[in-house]
Amino acid sequence: MSTTLKPIPGNAVSRFVSDGAVTTWRNLMKIIRVPEILLFSLIQPIMFVLLFTYVFGAAVVIPGSDYTSFLMAGIFAQTVVFGSTYSGSAMAQDLKDGIIDRFRTLPMSGAAVLVGRTTGDLVINTLSMLVMMGTGLLVGWRVKSSPLEFLAGVAILLLFAYAFSWVMAFLGMSVKSPEVINNASFLILFPLTFISNAFVPSENLPTPLRVFAEWNPVSALVQSARELFGNVPPGTVAGDAWPAQNPIATVLLGVAVLLIVFVPLSIRKFATISR
Amino acid sequence: MAFIEARDLVKTYSPKGSPEVRALDGLTLEVEKGSVTALLGPNGAGKTTTVKALTTLIKPDSGSAFIDGVDVFAEPQAIRRMIGASGQYAAVDQNLTGFENLVMVGRLYHLGARVARQRATELIELFDLVEAQNRTVKGYSGGMRRRIDLAGALVIRPPVLFLDEPTTGLDPRSRIGLWEVIEQLVNDGTTVLLTTQYLEEADRLADSISVIDNGRVIAKGTADELKASVGGLRVAVTVVDETQIDAARDILTRFGTGESAVLNGRTLVVPVQEGPVALAAIVSAAATKGIGLHDAGMRRPTLDDVFLQLTGHAAETEDSETESAA
Ligand SMILES: Nc1ncnc2c1ncn2[C@@H]1O[C@H](COP(=O)(O)OP(=O)(O)O)[C@@H](O)[C@H]1O
Ligand SMILES: [Mg+2]
Repeated sequence: MSTTLKPIPGNAVSRFVSDGAVTTWRNLMKIIRVPEILLFSLIQPIMFVLLFTYVFGAAVVIPGSDYTSFLMAGIFAQTVVFGSTYSGSAMAQDLKDGIIDRFRTLPMSGAAVLVGRTTGDLVINTLSMLVMMGTGLLVGWRVKSSPLEFLAGVAILLLFAYAFSWVMAFLGMSVKSPEVINNASFLILFPLTFISNAFVPSENLPTPLRVFAEWNPVSALVQSARELFGNVPPGTVAGDAWPAQNPIATVLLGVAVLLIVFVPLSIRKFATISR
Repeated sequence: MAFIEARDLVKTYSPKGSPEVRALDGLTLEVEKGSVTALLGPNGAGKTTTVKALTTLIKPDSGSAFIDGVDVFAEPQAIRRMIGASGQYAAVDQNLTGFENLVMVGRLYHLGARVARQRATELIELFDLVEAQNRTVKGYSGGMRRRIDLAGALVIRPPVLFLDEPTTGLDPRSRIGLWEVIEQLVNDGTTVLLTTQYLEEADRLADSISVIDNGRVIAKGTADELKASVGGLRVAVTVVDETQIDAARDILTRFGTGESAVLNGRTLVVPVQEGPVALAAIVSAAATKGIGLHDAGMRRPTLDDVFLQLTGHAAETEDSETESAA
């Protein structure tokens, strides 16, 4: 009998790293082979920066600040939140294509597939952040904080994006088709990002919306980035809600909770799903 | 203990808003080392569910399964190191080339980059995909995808191979080519469990056939044993006028050696002793009685006949499922 090929020596850690590298490679190959994905995820934030700056910029008056400086943190937050939904639609698509069935009959780490997915999407999110920053700088956005604070601002946005990718990956494995993820995330995330302080100061909103906005985790993310980039308009009074008072702590806490809940949940889900 | 052994597998599905489905209803199966066993059954019989359970994709509600003494449901990772699996629908990455797909599978079996590439090259040649190897799978035909998927199942030269309807959707030439590959593997000592809707395929490849219906094995044996169990030649006639079906049935029963049965609407079939004689007698009796026949002929027992005999209902074999992933 022809001999079965044996695996090269390795331990659980080296196997995990290798599986994660292979699946991340596969996800990035998709970006290379289907460049439209990256193109759209880059063009959309550019479009948002330009539309908001020139359409709303003339109408929305932010005391003590120009609209672009106020806006950028909001656009960053919205873009990474929407960017993370790709983890969900991609998982749903892989499930539909059966490639997950293939993975699950191989002696590989299921967790590595999810790490590969979320890490690959973090790469895309980072790229769109860079493009947005370039666009922002061109239309007059300036960082008015220290380099360290600036880096912390970028980090908190990407950290949130990463944690949210796990949530979306879990949802992607729980739905019947990739379209469901796309439509549902649009319906949920659009209000979530708009009823926040992302595009207008929330103190001007009617009371029910203002309360929602103050508790909205997206507001905390926006506010954190705004503070860390030194873009908070002078004289702004934060809302009474705890998240509005402590945006950075809220985001870090939120990231921790999302990861603690959705990492194990996603890994368990992966171990049982099949097309 | 047999090399592959499944005992009393039960798997139920409760889809929302529809009644519970017992996909597996106490299925028991044994496969000897180095043999080819075919699971033969119509659509919905439970073939895919069986393969999914044995390849660690799903856990049944109850029952046990062992491969080479390893508990499938308790030690799935150990099982995955010794099996190759190809599901009913090709499971390939559309955005990778055929070659890249196979290298990826090799790397995920932890073969190391060099061996994974070497093996991918061999398999590309074996499955006649050299020309297409550097194109993305997206542009492949259904048959080419199927072959890449099958090649993926062979990457480690696994001692145990599971193939779920491996030739459904393949053109006749590819089908025969694949049969030859499977026969070659068996000569090398691989144990194969495959599923099929075609008696002919089971006949050609399998040492042992398990006929399944409604989630359980209803008969098993070699192809010859199964055919013998349902008798010899059949005469089938199709009446022109559906209202004459009972009259035609009387004639068939008179000249046949067993019960006649309605296959679909206007077609009747009956087992017979001496084919040509019975056929002539049936055709002339029909003419005498003024029963118009569209069609009348002899044939060997088919999957339909095995089913008719074993279950009392006709097999709903669908060919429309072909080229699924295309
Ligand atoms: N995920 C599922 N949800 C609900 N019903 C299912 C599911 N998978 C299979 N079934 C049902 O279980 C039965 C057996 O299916 P399957 O094993 O795919 O049959 P086969 O492969 O022989 O065509 C069918 O009635 C099918 O509809
Ligand atoms: Mg099936």
